[in-house]
Amino acid sequence: MKLELSGITKRFGPLVANRDIDLVVEPGEIHALLGENGAGKSTLMNVIYGLYRPDGGQILIDDRPVTFSGPGDAVAAGIGMVHQHFMLVPVFTVAESLALGYEPTKGMGLLDLASARETVRTISERFGFDIDPDAIIEDLPVGAQQRVEIIKALSRDAEILILDEPTAVLTPQETDELIEIMKQLREQGTSIVFITHKLREVRAVADKITVIRRGAVVGEASPESSESELAGLMVGRDVHLTTDKEPARPQDETFSVEGLTVLDKAGFVVVDDLSFGVRQGEILAVAGVQGNGQTELAEAIIGLREPHSGTISLDGRRLGGDSVKARLASGIGFVPEDRSSDGVIAGFSIRENMILDQYDRPPYASGLALKPAVIREKALEKVEEFDIRLTSIDDPISTLSGGNQQKVVLSRELGRELSLLVASQPTRGLDVGSIEFVHKRIIAERDAGTPCIIVSTELDEVLNLADRIAVMYRGRIVGIVPADTPRDALGLMMAGVPEDEALARVADGSAVTTVSQAAEGDLP
Amino acid sequence: MSTVAPDRTPQPRDPSSGPGGAAAPAAAPVKQRAWKYPVVYSVLALASLLVFGLLAGGGKQTTFTFASRNDFFTIPPLPVPSKATCVALGLVLVVLAAVSIWATFTRRRLGVWFPLLFGIVFVFAFLTWSAAGAGRMPVTALLAGALALSVPLIFGAMCGLVGERSGIINIAIEGQLLAGAFLAAVVASALQNPYAGLFAAPIAGALVAVVLTFFAVRYWVDQIIIGVVLNVLVVGVTSFLFSTVLTQDPATWNARQQLPNLPIPLLSDIPVIGPVLFNQNILVYLMYVVVVALQIFIFRSKWGLRMRAIGEHPKAADTVGINVNRNRVLNTLLAGAIAGLGGAFFTIGSGLAFGKEMSAGQGYIALAAMILGKWNPMGALFAALLFGFSKNLANVLSAIGTPVPSQLLLMLPYVVTVLAVAGFVGRVRAPAAEGKPYISQ
Repeated sequence: MKLELSGITKRFGPLVANRDIDLVVEPGEIHALLGENGAGKSTLMNVIYGLYRPDGGQILIDDRPVTFSGPGDAVAAGIGMVHQHFMLVPVFTVAESLALGYEPTKGMGLLDLASARETVRTISERFGFDIDPDAIIEDLPVGAQQRVEIIKALSRDAEILILDEPTAVLTPQETDELIEIMKQLREQGTSIVFITHKLREVRAVADKITVIRRGAVVGEASPESSESELAGLMVGRDVHLTTDKEPARPQDETFSVEGLTVLDKAGFVVVDDLSFGVRQGEILAVAGVQGNGQTELAEAIIGLREPHSGTISLDGRRLGGDSVKARLASGIGFVPEDRSSDGVIAGFSIRENMILDQYDRPPYASGLALKPAVIREKALEKVEEFDIRLTSIDDPISTLSGGNQQKVVLSRELGRELSLLVASQPTRGLDVGSIEFVHKRIIAERDAGTPCIIVSTELDEVLNLADRIAVMYRGRIVGIVPADTPRDALGLMMAGVPEDEALARVADGSAVTTVSQAAEGDLP
Repeated sequence: MSTVAPDRTPQPRDPSSGPGGAAAPAAAPVKQRAWKYPVVYSVLALASLLVFGLLAGGGKQTTFTFASRNDFFTIPPLPVPSKATCVALGLVLVVLAAVSIWATFTRRRLGVWFPLLFGIVFVFAFLTWSAAGAGRMPVTALLAGALALSVPLIFGAMCGLVGERSGIINIAIEGQLLAGAFLAAVVASALQNPYAGLFAAPIAGALVAVVLTFFAVRYWVDQIIIGVVLNVLVVGVTSFLFSTVLTQDPATWNARQQLPNLPIPLLSDIPVIGPVLFNQNILVYLMYVVVVALQIFIFRSKWGLRMRAIGEHPKAADTVGINVNRNRVLNTLLAGAIAGLGGAFFTIGSGLAFGKEMSAGQGYIALAAMILGKWNPMGALFAALLFGFSKNLANVLSAIGTPVPSQLLLMLPYVVTVLAVAGFVGRVRAPAAEGKPYISQ
């Protein structure tokens, strides 16, 4: 089946999310759609899948124009989609998930779950998936949930499969498995549209690459292009994918964690007996797949979560029962993981957001009164220093792009003398240009002698910033390794393989992954 | 209601999922032991042993009577020595509490039977002690009255769970019960036929649901607020009509009509439970059918699968072509009709004329029953029966005269409600998307 888009335009109010997009997906082809966050990739896919109606242009299937009034029509036409956030009901079984919307029944509207189970088994067998039709979705690991989504699409005879950022939630090993599945599907004649902003994967699997920037197609590329060529196309200018940095000059260890254990609300151990230290002038990156206790660790350090046991010490003093406010006052800079809910107050102005943690002390306040002139002056200085693109510091921060919002958060947290910097996912959702800037600022903070803890799920970011890497898995640190540890070994450790074994396996070549092979040799 | 929360595999992936994961350490986070339940059981067991047994005066007798209206098969009254029985039951409770402590130590799970058994033994000890002075404890009347008080609660809880499983929070159950009671009474009285009221009641409940869904689905108004407002509105409308139309000509508009009892042959002759369960009017039999049908259809039909999907993850339902809002509206209307039927029990089901605010907060207790029953029809049924039982127990005890002051007894159903909803449900999990309007682009 051939899918063709011609002149697709989609507007949301004044914003043009897709401008006059042409795209052809040939049968049995893996077509990568590359673009930054917010470039309009997902909007375009939702148009193809019938979730959005285009304001202009046409969708053609096998050269015949079609219109979809909902996802049902798109599915009937042979289009399947695996959404970035899975469209699975967490409390359903696999068989129920498959049945939903296309329920096989046996009279009186009662479900024929036996036939749904059979479908799961048949498709699982065809592709060598190991999926139990009676497993509950929320008990399945993310990779398996994704396979359930693929089974769902295939059970409806999808000939074109859209995968929206499928690797965002996977470990490097799971990503490799997914790539194998994609190749297998291609051999069986299914076309795949693969949406991503990760350059490595595109080059490993795509037959053809279309690059989208600001809602419009800016060019096509072949999988042979180098990563910096692709990044350049994506961003629209030359970018440096790695940040130049001096070797670290670590001094005294001023921050340490001893035997830290944190429980979640239900009483489960989420951070399990962690001990580590960070020295001045060094970046410790905490790597790991999302949900392995990193968030809770960061929140325990700043005091948002009370540890169950263990101690956290800074500059020779136990933080113990200190409030968040006291910890901020003692010089901890904290960049939260979820910018929009924890980092900024959307309705506050940019200058107000810049003093959220210092509004009650000099130089911004004297006694009970704020000093608006000082606040304004300092805000303008920060805008200059952090290169924040805005119309006015009095506008609500919600008018800024994600990258500029993050710069505001950084300007607030880095704008004073720090004794420790904790940054969770400092570049999540940012474009390549902003990532470059944020990384430079963090390295500058390190060079100023601040101990830094960077929590990140992006291996690229970890390798780019870290002086040492702590890999977390299920609440524990699997190992703390030097920054030059091979990418494959880190990937294995993120899946829980102990340090020695991971290194040994990489050394004898048994764990070299597709993605890293494809990437070999041409990092700029 | 197990004493140990179910083991859970949290977010981190299963080590067997990746090719490199085979040798991964099995470092699954562990649940801390939960001491809440063993402590509660131990306190109750010791209190029961001391208060009902050892500290009570001796030499009295408690007689359990099982009288019923038919004489086909009669159980003679059962007299037992009060103090000895209470001590024996108290010892049983202590043993049960020890079992619970042992289970917590060894991280074993106890099934639903455990709290049920504990509760039954405890209630028997309490009954034996409280009827010690008066002598007679009418078991059949106690159970029959409990069922009667539970019927509106059960209908209300079914209404609540159908709505919430579809994603619409329905606080207006109270109003729907009242509207059902009102219209059933008026129509039955005007047509001089109780069965006519049976058809009118669901319409009244559904009409309230129409207003609820109109504001909730069309205008995304906070569902809890509309629910509360609707309750007040229904109270206002029915009280107004009651004091004007109904009181001016009660013979036409508010004459008593009663659905006749239809004893089921054979089943109604079973001793004790026969007359309680199977010598009832059609409304009670309808209730059995509704509960059983919902239990089957919510979990095993196409309708139920879609209902649960739109209440848990509406976007997922939308992507497979299910019209989320249409389904939510239809299900909530159906739920409203069910609550309306429950309301009919206040008037034509009990042979009473309509009275102002006669639903008396039962709609809220129904919501509690729904939560305690974990949004399951059977669970909600038992929870509602528990509330009905505790309420009737208060009635019966104050009638036969007990050592407990009557004001305390009147508090009983609400204390049970608060305790039940606060702690004894275990980990409750409401449908994930309830109360959130679904807005598609």
